[in-house]
Amino acid sequence: MNVVEGTKPPEGSTVETVVVRFAGDSGDGIQVIGSQLGLASAMAENDLGTFPEYPSEVRAPVGTTYGVSAYQVHFGGRPIKTIGDEADMLVALNPAALKTNLDILKKGGTILVDSGTFTQRNFEKAGYSASPLEDGTLDGYRILAPDISKLTLESVADIGLNRKASLRCKNFWALGLVYWMYGRDRQPTIAWLEHKFAGNKDVATANIAALNAGHAYGETVEATALEVARITPEPGTYNFVTGYEALAWGLAAAAELSGRRLVFSSYPITPASPLLHTLARLSDIGVTTFQAEDEIAAICAAIGVSFAGGLGVTSSSGPGIALKQEAMSLAVSAELPLIIVNTQRAGPSTGMPTKTEQSDLNQALYGRHGESPLAVLAAGSPAECFEMAIEAARIALTYMTPVILLSDGFVANSSSPWILPDIDQLPRIDVANHAEPESFNPYDRDPETLARTWAVPGTPGCEHRIGGIEKDFATGHISYEPDNHQKMTDVRADKIAGIAKSIPRLEPDQGPAEGDLAVVGWGSTYGPISRAVTNLRARNYSVSHIHLHHLRPFAANQGNLLAAFRRILVPEMNTGQLAALLRAEGCTNVEALNKMTGRPFQVAEIEEAILSRLEPGDE
Amino acid sequence: MNEQLTSTKLTAADFATDQEVRWCPGCGDYAILKAVRTVLAEVGARRENTVFVSGIGCSSRFPYYIDTYGFHTIHGRAPAVATGMLLANPDLDVWIVTGDGDGLSIGGNHLLHILRRNLNCQILLFNNETYGLTKGQYSPTSHLATRSPSSPGGSIDNPVDPSSFALGCGARFVARGVDTQVKQLTEVLKAAYHHKGAAFVEIFQNCIVFNEDVFDGFTAKANLAEHQLQVEPGKPLVYGTDGSRGLVFDPAALGLRAAELSEDSANDVLVHDPGNYNLATALARMTNPEFPMATGVLYDDPGPVYTVQGAQSDAAARTDRTLKDAMRSGFSWKVDRKS
Repeated sequence: MNVVEGTKPPEGSTVETVVVRFAGDSGDGIQVIGSQLGLASAMAENDLGTFPEYPSEVRAPVGTTYGVSAYQVHFGGRPIKTIGDEADMLVALNPAALKTNLDILKKGGTILVDSGTFTQRNFEKAGYSASPLEDGTLDGYRILAPDISKLTLESVADIGLNRKASLRCKNFWALGLVYWMYGRDRQPTIAWLEHKFAGNKDVATANIAALNAGHAYGETVEATALEVARITPEPGTYNFVTGYEALAWGLAAAAELSGRRLVFSSYPITPASPLLHTLARLSDIGVTTFQAEDEIAAICAAIGVSFAGGLGVTSSSGPGIALKQEAMSLAVSAELPLIIVNTQRAGPSTGMPTKTEQSDLNQALYGRHGESPLAVLAAGSPAECFEMAIEAARIALTYMTPVILLSDGFVANSSSPWILPDIDQLPRIDVANHAEPESFNPYDRDPETLARTWAVPGTPGCEHRIGGIEKDFATGHISYEPDNHQKMTDVRADKIAGIAKSIPRLEPDQGPAEGDLAVVGWGSTYGPISRAVTNLRARNYSVSHIHLHHLRPFAANQGNLLAAFRRILVPEMNTGQLAALLRAEGCTNVEALNKMTGRPFQVAEIEEAILSRLEPGDE
Repeated sequence: MNEQLTSTKLTAADFATDQEVRWCPGCGDYAILKAVRTVLAEVGARRENTVFVSGIGCSSRFPYYIDTYGFHTIHGRAPAVATGMLLANPDLDVWIVTGDGDGLSIGGNHLLHILRRNLNCQILLFNNETYGLTKGQYSPTSHLATRSPSSPGGSIDNPVDPSSFALGCGARFVARGVDTQVKQLTEVLKAAYHHKGAAFVEIFQNCIVFNEDVFDGFTAKANLAEHQLQVEPGKPLVYGTDGSRGLVFDPAALGLRAAELSEDSANDVLVHDPGNYNLATALARMTNPEFPMATGVLYDDPGPVYTVQGAQSDAAARTDRTLKDAMRSGFSWKVDRKS
């Protein structure tokens, strides 16, 4: 079995974008070849977006459907905002990978399988009764079915690795063929392999040999090679970053910009842990990480950090955030700076920890006891993760308040090329410690921001005692006075509302600032909404995209901006939490578009929702 | 870090705040407060460098009455908050004030972890075997059959012994004091202050409203000699009127035995060694009236103190790498302006 003909694109044609999805057993090295295709595509002057999907099981049995790991890469010659609704090509290194990923492949798309793994035993593990290559399952697709296992063993036979180690190179064989098909340069990957396996030259040589063999195979069997359109990238230094890397760097940058020690205190939880891992590797540049005994200790330690004058940050996902709620209210009452990062996942309870969702907006807004207002931000892309981490620190330090920063499993794990910002050019966050003992009072307020005075231990003459008990407005001492509690409740609310004065004016991301329809989103729906609106605007539909970073308080002009549209469509990966909030704020023309599958919106879903709301005359 | 600006030695009174102390008249907390203020003055503590952190409960009001930095936090979490303070500034002198409910019930997990990590701080656990602030329910240290509003038929939970718990968690300093025994309490607190690492002090504190005289069995004047053993380093473990009784090693039980001393057995009496973990554990496990209650410094054996990764003061861990360098790691590339 070699090449099965299907519909074949014309030789030498140019395509604007391509989506390739790799899938295989969790031990097949799917993630590594996926990210290599990303790197090679960036080098080929493509914009791109990637997203990994891991199985929940640490090491599932080989060949099973629940042990399949996948990685999707969307690249091309225009700004790439999503990972792609459908794949143009599926690389499936075993029958289980084919079974679990076929639904993402577009009709007529290309399938590359390793026919060497297409055995009766593997069919049974995948739930196929017969070979899907022969029973009509794959009718309508273009199929490439070389025996990759065998061809890989042949390609590395001279190197002297044992059979098991030799077979491990088959992911790079498959990658080589993909590189041939999309005209990718092998050199960046060869350089990466040489660097990665510098200590084990045979492994590097074998993987390179497999990569070259896969590439040569494409040439030999005359698999179609497509030209992919290019972009003209902005000049600058790029890195290929995930959301959690950008968020970690943003927090570290905020510490430099504010001159404060970053202490990141967290407890392991999926999908938030990579943030802890990334920051833990920055200890040599002065970042302190603390793996606490539980979620409550994690936030309480972060509060202690801030009391002592540092930048305290804690992080978790939905269930862990719930455990932190009591302590958040302490930070509200004690009026201490604090950042709480919530990398949202599908809930409730354990839910689907590796799947994405936006269902903790309500928890962020309301999940505390008493009247406990705080600021809420959201990041929708790796670049926004960096920016919003700094914004969270700015608000926390300037207003002496906890800030919740919402990310999600999709934003955290997806990656894209990103021009590294010049930290030296970013505005500093200058918040001085109070050091004047004369008539010192810890609850003196800045008349502009309403932030209380921050004197940190170590400062002579400013010793003071604070806590969760209500404070006297004037002296900061314990107070149970009725009128005082009213006044303190009001000032805490006014302080958070007043942050709006420092938030940039909200402008549409695309489209006019008034009209028939605005699509309003927050967080990781940014990509699909943006692409859908771009596509429809290119077809002359009048539709605007408004993307919110600040969810409490809103930008001061948000109400007026939204009021300038006849209809508002709010796509969310929840049951309508922002939509309900906008309605409560007096925006009566809000319509919700909701999806709760653990997967991001497809562009087509949003396009359809937009089109169904536009009159024929809107075109 | 902060150099002392004045050489004037502070007195105990200098550590008092302008806040009215609001414990019940006659509460054991008053004596402990006095002892702590005295110790702060005697060891030359600097107000600006000292932080008192507490959770919730009667004892947790403590920070309001000490003129240093103070943070009255939430129920059970003082060790976690204190940990954060020490992560941000390892040079601070941090005192945690907690109670039997705060420290061993709702906050038991945090107490475990601060002890095993061995952060450099003092932990004062006021043990009164009751929930005072919530009006007298039985606590995790209440002895069996304690009658309270929540256990009208008598409590059925086995109590936990705070000092044994601390030793089990890996604490490197464990001591006991009694609110009314000011001289010993002062010495114990001083030793805790000077110990490098987490120093755990259990203080038997009499709640005159809900659990009056619960410790009378070994603290009342009439019982003190026969039922309490005040341990001191290098001194024989003897007690009783005229030192007529002592602790000897019982090989069959692999433990301690309380023995009537004669001229023959006097040589067998054990001598207190605070560096001996097994002895400390055996002393902590003794229950009255079969044994005397051991008070004083049971264990003092300094171990490695938790060091802060990435700390500015931790010069060895620092490299020349900057955040900019870190951001260029992995797949970084440059696109030049096209001419």
